[in-house]
Amino acid sequence: MTESALTDSLEAPPRQGGWHGFAADWSSDQRAFKSATWGKAMIWIFLLSDTFIFSCFLLSYMTVRMSTTVPWPDPGKVFALTIAGREIPLILIAIMTFILISSSGTMAMAVNFGYRHDRVKSAVLMLATAAFGASFVGMQAFEWTHLILEGVRPWGNPWGAAQFGSCFFLITGFHGTHVTIGVIFLLITARKVLRGDFESGRRGFFTSRKGRYEIVETMGLYWHFVDLVWVFIFALFYLW
Amino acid sequence: MVDIGAAEGIPPAEVEDVELYHAKSWVTKYVFCQDAKVIAIQYSITAISIGLVALVLSWLIRLQLAFPGTFSIVTPSNYYQFVTMHGMIMVIYLLTALFLGGFGNYLIPLMVGARDMVFPYVNMLSYWVYLLAVVVLVASFFAPGGPTGAGWTLYPPQAILEGTPGRQWGIILMLVSLILFIIGFTMGGLNYVVTVLQGRTRGMTMMRLPLTVWGIFTATILALLAFPALFVASVMMLFDRVLGTSFFMPAIVAAGEHLKYGGGSPILFQHLFWFFGHPEVYIVALPAFGIVSDLISVHSRKNIFGYRMMVWALVAIAVLSFIVWGHHMYISGMNPPFGFFFATSTLIIAVPTAIKVYNWVLTLWRGDIHLTVPMLFALGFIVTFVNGGITGLFLGNVIVDVPLSATMFVVAHFHMVMGIAPILVVFGGIYHWYPKITGRMLNERLGQIHFWITFLGAYLIYFPMHYLGFIGVPRRYYELGETAFVPASAATLNVAITAAALIVGAAQTVFFFNVIWSLYKGKLAGGNPWRAASLEWQTPETPPGHGNWGKELPVVYRWAYDYSVPGAGQDFLPQNQPPAIPAR
Ligand code: HEM
Ligand SMILES: [Cu+2]
Repeated sequence: MTESALTDSLEAPPRQGGWHGFAADWSSDQRAFKSATWGKAMIWIFLLSDTFIFSCFLLSYMTVRMSTTVPWPDPGKVFALTIAGREIPLILIAIMTFILISSSGTMAMAVNFGYRHDRVKSAVLMLATAAFGASFVGMQAFEWTHLILEGVRPWGNPWGAAQFGSCFFLITGFHGTHVTIGVIFLLITARKVLRGDFESGRRGFFTSRKGRYEIVETMGLYWHFVDLVWVFIFALFYLW
Repeated sequence: MVDIGAAEGIPPAEVEDVELYHAKSWVTKYVFCQDAKVIAIQYSITAISIGLVALVLSWLIRLQLAFPGTFSIVTPSNYYQFVTMHGMIMVIYLLTALFLGGFGNYLIPLMVGARDMVFPYVNMLSYWVYLLAVVVLVASFFAPGGPTGAGWTLYPPQAILEGTPGRQWGIILMLVSLILFIIGFTMGGLNYVVTVLQGRTRGMTMMRLPLTVWGIFTATILALLAFPALFVASVMMLFDRVLGTSFFMPAIVAAGEHLKYGGGSPILFQHLFWFFGHPEVYIVALPAFGIVSDLISVHSRKNIFGYRMMVWALVAIAVLSFIVWGHHMYISGMNPPFGFFFATSTLIIAVPTAIKVYNWVLTLWRGDIHLTVPMLFALGFIVTFVNGGITGLFLGNVIVDVPLSATMFVVAHFHMVMGIAPILVVFGGIYHWYPKITGRMLNERLGQIHFWITFLGAYLIYFPMHYLGFIGVPRRYYELGETAFVPASAATLNVAITAAALIVGAAQTVFFFNVIWSLYKGKLAGGNPWRAASLEWQTPETPPGHGNWGKELPVVYRWAYDYSVPGAGQDFLPQNQPPAIPAR
């Protein structure tokens, strides 16, 4: 997707570290972030923008939680599952969180193997990441069904403030969409890696540009971000 | 030629030259095109076309205000729908799209010395999603019940309740259209930012960028961080309307009946909206600032005064604009310390803004001023912007804002500062860059006629509105009727304003005629008719070809403002001209 890898030019002057290096990079020509390629710079800026979206969602959730006069349902009770006759609070969410965080581990390894041109390992790890992601979404679907069967709707629920359901479906839905999109792109990238597109310089179907292994890292940055956001949703929605 | 570049410390290329997508057919060359220059023109034409709809709507609003009840097509509901759509289209679908999608796409790659945007495919998608957003917006005019009449601020609860025009489909389509716009914009905006940060040519440091690029760049960053709030607000309001949630809806009793809503916070919407809304003002203002700086420098043959200060002022304004949104909510009621905070931060923005105005004036000071058409528009901008800025200082103070808010004074203020002023820059920019885009000059005479009617006409429209506001004429009123505190003369004034508005609107045909006529019959421009120093005028071909620069990317040796340099042979030195004597 990007054409901007460093040339291995020996002429490039050595770069300074620390604040001097920071100032030197910003006052230099061509690139402000010397080690970032175009794709990487772009995903970082996109994630910054997306951070603002999730922050607005979460702040809005906190605001309506405070503005409503009706008591907020107790997440500990709502998100409990009865397993073997015992009611265990938040058990499903705990598993989901664990899965998602593990998937960040496999993703990081996929990036590493990608840069080492170990195509099979990289692709397999990406597929594992995608599988984790898909099972996360699957469990979320299970949770949604479970709650819907108990009568939770975006506009109301049996236990208290209507905003509970509204925020729940809105925020987990928006996050789940992110995960789903991630899974789709993981599958596409894994296929490209396996096929050796990044070795042969095969051009992308739509963009007609050559890709590099850096795409795996770009994918990884997105994935870690989606994970990190989940941690905030988990803390603010389920634990509060 | 001696290799002065190396002596000057022009570093080696860090990035491989890009491989561009080469269009294979007519469709990929002109329709689904990945070339930023074509995308720019697509953006501009779409934005200006929908802008014309907003212009016609403003006529209808004005006709109603001058001759209440005379025109059967302007019913009370229609009036609100027209006002809403006029405001929304002008701010978002015209100005934002035109400055960033239009000017940004055309100028950024050329001015930074790139072959194209960094991700042309995504850039192309950006336009098509924008077009879809416009189509959805237009569709709302034909939907049952018509477009929404909630005001461009779309405040809940009324925006989605019975009784507001367009509550059936209009509001839904409006929200969907906004969401699409934001998605489309994000794709383009990422491109603009990354191209400026990472895609510059050799020798082009950030501090050698023309101020136009700085303006568009900072505005794009603002947009990428401000639109999320509008996105979230739109999604949640869509839920409230379609699914019956109550994010923004408090408990409401309408006609003695409890509505199904309850517990939400209408003020939350206002916060989200204005967290977007205030930066939005600067999203249209900062590109205008940048473009005007360049126009003034080129057409007065002087370097811009205080370049560094100009850059830092842009950055400071951008940062500050995120902490002033509360000044739109004084009359919503707020804790006095918050009022104090927002008033203070608002007034602080005046400092970097004033720096910019002083620097423009000092650039003109003893310059070799050529009163070309772009220059006329640039000067018109300065005057209009100062005017609107000063009324902004009034409104920034809580105690002054409370009585003036929701009167015609506010309408006059924001039209001066974010309506007329940026529009003047749009025109100035088009007169300035048209020769580069088409290879032909626009007709000077027609341009002057266009300028004077538009500029003087705008004052005839908006100056009286300040006065109307002072005497308390409210905004967004279908008609005044018998109102004790409004003298009868206000009606006469309204007729005069409307006459001016009709003339100004009609005068734009002069501009469109000029644009089309000059395309075929205009004077041939050559590569650099204004003898300007910045990089876009140094392309090997005019109009610039695919890939902009031919075989070799240009190398930049100086900033964009080397005009009238003492001792230099020419009165300007292009950015890519190597120094004869190691200068500066
Ligand atoms: C031909 C020039 C224009 C004329 C004659 C005009 C006239 C008007 C009028 C009469 C109103 C309604 C005031 C009221 O009763 O509330 C209005 C509202 C508005 N206009 Fe314009 N306008 C023009 C250009 C622009 C431009 C270029 C912008 C871009 C920023 C703009 C932005 C707005 C906005 C945001 C509103 C508020 C809409 C609302 O209250 O929801 N206008 N305009
Ligand atoms: Cu504001």
